[in-house]
Amino acid sequence: MNHFTPVSALVGGLLIGLAASVLLWLNGRIAGVSGILFGLLSGSWPERAWRALFVLGLVLGTAGYLILTGTPAPVRHGFPVPLLLLAGFLTGFGTARANGCTSGHGVCGLARLSLRSLAATGTFLAVALLTTFLVRHVAGLGT
Amino acid sequence: MSRAKPVLQGLASLLAGVVFGVGLAVSQMIDPNKVLGFLDLAGDWDASLLLVLGGAVCLSTVLFRVLLRRPAPVLDDHFHLPTSSVIDARLLTGSVLFGIGWGLAGYCPGPVLASVGFGNAEALWVLPAILLGAGLQRWLDQRQAPKPTAVDPPDSLDEFVIKN
Repeated sequence: MNHFTPVSALVGGLLIGLAASVLLWLNGRIAGVSGILFGLLSGSWPERAWRALFVLGLVLGTAGYLILTGTPAPVRHGFPVPLLLLAGFLTGFGTARANGCTSGHGVCGLARLSLRSLAATGTFLAVALLTTFLVRHVAGLGT
Repeated sequence: MSRAKPVLQGLASLLAGVVFGVGLAVSQMIDPNKVLGFLDLAGDWDASLLLVLGGAVCLSTVLFRVLLRRPAPVLDDHFHLPTSSVIDARLLTGSVLFGIGWGLAGYCPGPVLASVGFGNAEALWVLPAILLGAGLQRWLDQRQAPKPTAVDPPDSLDEFVIKN
């Protein structure tokens, strides 16, 4: 069962936009999570430090919000592990290949009016819609 | 002053990360079922995620326009912006593969990291798989990188096979 939550969605979206703007304003960096994560694994020390702190902040921000507001953490039971592994592998390979994910291309790229990011976002969104349709309604998995 | 800069930059990153993480939690992007509810047009469609992306993109489009008029960010001497603007096969195939991954399980990279923090067991499968996939792509890049343009490689092979 899904419920349309327009207010929390909009507020959450504005916070994500604000976070991306803060990072650009202060550090001149793009808040692309896949790029920040992969850059954390290789690169010079100062480069790694700001990335590590962004990731730490992200983890603390989500966990802190859930704890302070008493919001139950979303848990899904019984989702097939092989599907999780495949999904993760494709996400890692694909975002490294396309140099961006939902945040880097989808938020920051579109905000910079980048046609490259528009092409990437249109592509992964369309393919994700098609994939979910196939998984849920053709294969009957993962619901 | 310049010695304090790396510290201030670190604090700025931490702050941006915290706000980003709160945004993911408030918008419920950390709930893969919520995400799949949006991606599942043929099911009981939940349009919420459209407002998450819409809100994030609209606000940052306005603020980026203003911010990028500055000669430099507050804590650095220049902006670190992507230099590539090409729309090539690499970008599109990468996006197709990411789209399959996102649509399969409902996780994009941000929510996966956030999920590790509140002990979502699924993230403990997804995150290592993401790192493995990214590692493979990077390994492929490194293998290709040092090769100078010598003899035309696999393209001609394909042609040869087809001609036969």
